[in-house]
Amino acid sequence: MDLLSFGKTGWGDELFYATLMTIAVSITALLIGFIFSIIFTPLKLSNNKFLNFIANSYTTIIRGVPELLVIYLFFFGGSGAIMYVASIFGYFEYIEINAFITGSLAIGIISGAYSTEVFRGAIQSVDKGQFEACKVLGFKKHIYFIKVIMPQMLRLAIPNLSNVWQITLKDTSLISVTGLVEIMRQSYIAAGSTRDPLFFYSFAAVLYLMVTFLSMKLINRLEIKYSRGF
Amino acid sequence: MDLSLMAVSLPKLLSAAVVTLKLLSLSLFFGLIIGLIFAILRLNKNPIINKFAYGYSYVFRGTPLLVQIFIIYFGLGQIEYFRSTFLWVVFKEPYWCAIIAFALNTGAYTSEILRSAFETIKPGIIEAGKSLGIPSKIIFYKIQIPVAIRQSLPAYGNEIILMMKGTSLASTVTLMDITGVAKHIVSTTYKPLEIFLMAGGIYLFMTFIIHNLIKYLEKKYSFN
Repeated sequence: MDLLSFGKTGWGDELFYATLMTIAVSITALLIGFIFSIIFTPLKLSNNKFLNFIANSYTTIIRGVPELLVIYLFFFGGSGAIMYVASIFGYFEYIEINAFITGSLAIGIISGAYSTEVFRGAIQSVDKGQFEACKVLGFKKHIYFIKVIMPQMLRLAIPNLSNVWQITLKDTSLISVTGLVEIMRQSYIAAGSTRDPLFFYSFAAVLYLMVTFLSMKLINRLEIKYSRGF
Repeated sequence: MDLSLMAVSLPKLLSAAVVTLKLLSLSLFFGLIIGLIFAILRLNKNPIINKFAYGYSYVFRGTPLLVQIFIIYFGLGQIEYFRSTFLWVVFKEPYWCAIIAFALNTGAYTSEILRSAFETIKPGIIEAGKSLGIPSKIIFYKIQIPVAIRQSLPAYGNEIILMMKGTSLASTVTLMDITGVAKHIVSTTYKPLEIFLMAGGIYLFMTFIIHNLIKYLEKKYSFN
């Protein structure tokens, strides 16, 4: 237990901040994922075959390729791509992108593919009559979407979004390969310097379980809130 | 795009795909056995057995696969006593450590899939068996298990694809699967875009094959 004390002798405070980092990356990635799904869900539902194709390629490719590979591509390919763009503008110094930004962007793109599928499914399972009724009543498109379809869709989407949240949270452990100090990286450092990997990795597992457990409690509340009347 | 480099590294990546497929099939095999055992334990009425099986699936589904591999590969070797047992022959190899971690992980998901399949079996099927005088053990093995397996095919197909993607983590414990080889080539040539895109293409192709295989099986064993 000495290993977990706060201050200079133990790893308690480091692991605490690492946990906060994991939560921060997960939330950022989830939000980036939502932005992606706001873009791609309408494309998936549109009648245009070309737009459909773009959205389907996005979700199929991202969900069919290992997360680790996407992260590697972003981390190793990302700085190269940016440096290439910079070289066009006459800047030839080495550019290193922040690990937090690359990490959450990579996880966000992965998370976005999953949440796009969730939103698509949820919108499609809203009763067709609701859409027709709105049209008959002459509502403007964005108004009926926000006021009528969204609340019904969210009720259906939240249970699946909680799965997406879990996937996203667990995926953040993979950004440890890029050097961002989150739970996994911090445990790796601690395990290396104390030669006690069993303890630190098990403790990392406990930390992840705690985060999932607490976030599930919060999501359950949301679920109850959005299923009022059902 | 460096096309000649891509042509040179394609055979290397394809031979690494064999490693990935071996890892996948072995872990799915052991994972299915573990999953079936734990699904049956979950249906047990004894609360201690029941809770134990639930705890297993909760822990393995709630923690990242990377942590599980690291605990098994780096962690277990630390216990002195463990190193003197015959199990050490298996656990000192990163290959078997990865397979054990994958099997335990996919076993947890599989047990959940099978459990929900067992629970959604129509009671009429079991009642029909009983009224025909079939012993309950045979009802379980010859009726419930096959029906449950058929019902869980779509979800299990997803799990196979998730596991295939999970095998890429084997590269973190020095195994040379597709991701491992890709990373090795990138570290010597520094052409991340070409190599990682190609590796991604191979994974995508494998996903495509698995997806269609499951679809075919679903059709073949459909109830209609």
